[in-house]
Amino acid sequence: MTAYDEDETGGNGGNGEDDATGGPADGPGDARPGSFGGPRIPLPRVSVEDSGRPLPEVAPAALEHHVLTSLLGAWALAACSAQEAAAVEDHLGECDACADEALRLREAVTLLQRPESLDLDPGLRTRVLDGCLERRPPRIPVPEWAAPYDAETARLDALLQDIGDSDWHAPVRLRWFGEDGPASRRTTVAGVIAHLLAVDGAVAVALGLTDPLGDITASSRAPAVRTEAYWRGSHAPPTRLVRAPWREQSHDIVRTVSFTGDAGGMPVSYGDFELPLRDAMLDRAFECWVHAEDIADAVDYPYEPPSARHLNGMIDLAARMLPGVLAARRRAGLAAPGVRPHLVPAGKPGRSLRLEIEGSGGGEWLIPLDSPGAVGSAEHEVAHVALDGVEFCRLAAGHVPPAEAAAGQVGDREAIRDVLFAAAGLSRM
Amino acid sequence: MAKRNIPLRWDRKMQQRLARGEAAALGELYDRYASLVHGLAHRVLADERAADRLTRDVFAHVWEHPDAYDPRQGPLRTWIATLTHRFAVQRLRATGTAALARGGPGTAEELETRVRQAAVAARADYIVQSMPAPLRAALELAYFQRRDYRQTAADLGVTEDEARRRLRLGLQLLSTARDAATAAPESPGAPPGYGGAA
Repeated sequence: MTAYDEDETGGNGGNGEDDATGGPADGPGDARPGSFGGPRIPLPRVSVEDSGRPLPEVAPAALEHHVLTSLLGAWALAACSAQEAAAVEDHLGECDACADEALRLREAVTLLQRPESLDLDPGLRTRVLDGCLERRPPRIPVPEWAAPYDAETARLDALLQDIGDSDWHAPVRLRWFGEDGPASRRTTVAGVIAHLLAVDGAVAVALGLTDPLGDITASSRAPAVRTEAYWRGSHAPPTRLVRAPWREQSHDIVRTVSFTGDAGGMPVSYGDFELPLRDAMLDRAFECWVHAEDIADAVDYPYEPPSARHLNGMIDLAARMLPGVLAARRRAGLAAPGVRPHLVPAGKPGRSLRLEIEGSGGGEWLIPLDSPGAVGSAEHEVAHVALDGVEFCRLAAGHVPPAEAAAGQVGDREAIRDVLFAAAGLSRM
Repeated sequence: MAKRNIPLRWDRKMQQRLARGEAAALGELYDRYASLVHGLAHRVLADERAADRLTRDVFAHVWEHPDAYDPRQGPLRTWIATLTHRFAVQRLRATGTAALARGGPGTAEELETRVRQAAVAARADYIVQSMPAPLRAALELAYFQRRDYRQTAADLGVTEDEARRRLRLGLQLLSTARDAATAAPESPGAPPGYGGAA
């Protein structure tokens, strides 16, 4: 656990004030404009003769021409000593070439501007790309089912672009709902990106791309196993350097799935279960959003839920996975046995719970309760649960305990409890 | 020379993918250049929504005309910056002219001055972003953090000679933003400010 908890190695050695080099040139006569509570942005240095102030009581240093020339930049920025400035100014009266350059450089200083904060509207990407694709339809589109992953990785990358070096080491607690209840694992922002890199890597491998784990061997494709192996196998705790390989891999995945051409049916192994590629891509989009929120919380940035269309796809995936999780929990003795277990043949309607998801991205799903093969049926509805879409996703991410999920409920209590626990059981590290 | 070829290979590949009509390539292009395009557009137009619209126009142009980029003329980044600059200046002049025609305040000369200043400011931004990182770091310390060149040298762990050299060279590069502005505003090809510092 220690490896990713804390690893600050300090930045650049923290140079303090250093006057070891100071000679007479560093004397108190240094009159940088603004250094006594003046404007924050220094004005171009006004030559002392024009300023109305008394000439400094310093003799210009006797400097050679090449030294004077080399000082022109520092002089224009008011970043040399008073003696040096005086020497430069003396020289400018005698040397046309230096005077021309001095003027140019001083004008150049006025062009320095603080970079504007470039918080691009995260919705702009979709608008720009949609606008382009309307004007010229793509010959090789990004499949509909890969769009949420494309959008979510881009949103997370924009957040990573904005955060500072030290933010990468901010502590993050990954939370999920295990078989024994809430579980968590401590890491850092960089550790979360390493986690996404390692698990997205399972999709990359299925697509024939390079495994980000490289030489590191993981005993299974399970997300937690791959992540722990990657964390352990790295020589040092992850830093911001992990961003580039994560982003490159996500771009490569989007690119490669555009060429698969089999509607995303190819199986992707997660160790103890498989998902077809199109669902694996939705799952990775969901995880990307969930962990982006973890990161945003850790560094105190705002972060919005996915677009309604993408959120709807993620909820739909969870709803489709619920019957399988219910059955697994029942086999493990964690859920109540069905009323007529095994009596619902595959493809036939069975006892169902109506899952109503409110808000953007919402909708209604009928969850068959007695067998993953059964078909949800309104006629056999035994319970009705209503939740907000984002709340449901937090439940499915294991961030809200099932007992505390803000859900309106009517009908069979036990069925409702089982479904809420199964939703939480979808979560993993 | 070998070093320069690596980004150019990416540029060529990107151009081919765009020409093939690969939507994923367009997404990657956006991810790499959106903040450059939007930042330049915003510096010229000083308006968030206008910068959004211009960003859309620039990417649409690249997507519809990937063959207009000639890798032999320089990096893709320079081409996109040049396009953005040209579109943004055109837009600023067009909206200003329209406002004048509706009887808005100011004169045509004032508008031209405003356009020229915005163009220089945008070019200066681009030059600062594109200059070698050591030069940018030195300017950042000396200007924004108000360190003198000796402190700058200590902060950067370089000699004082080197700190002076970096400050001077950085400002020399930056000063070319003005040269470009005195050229004809619609001159074809890359304005000098974009070619030089890429």
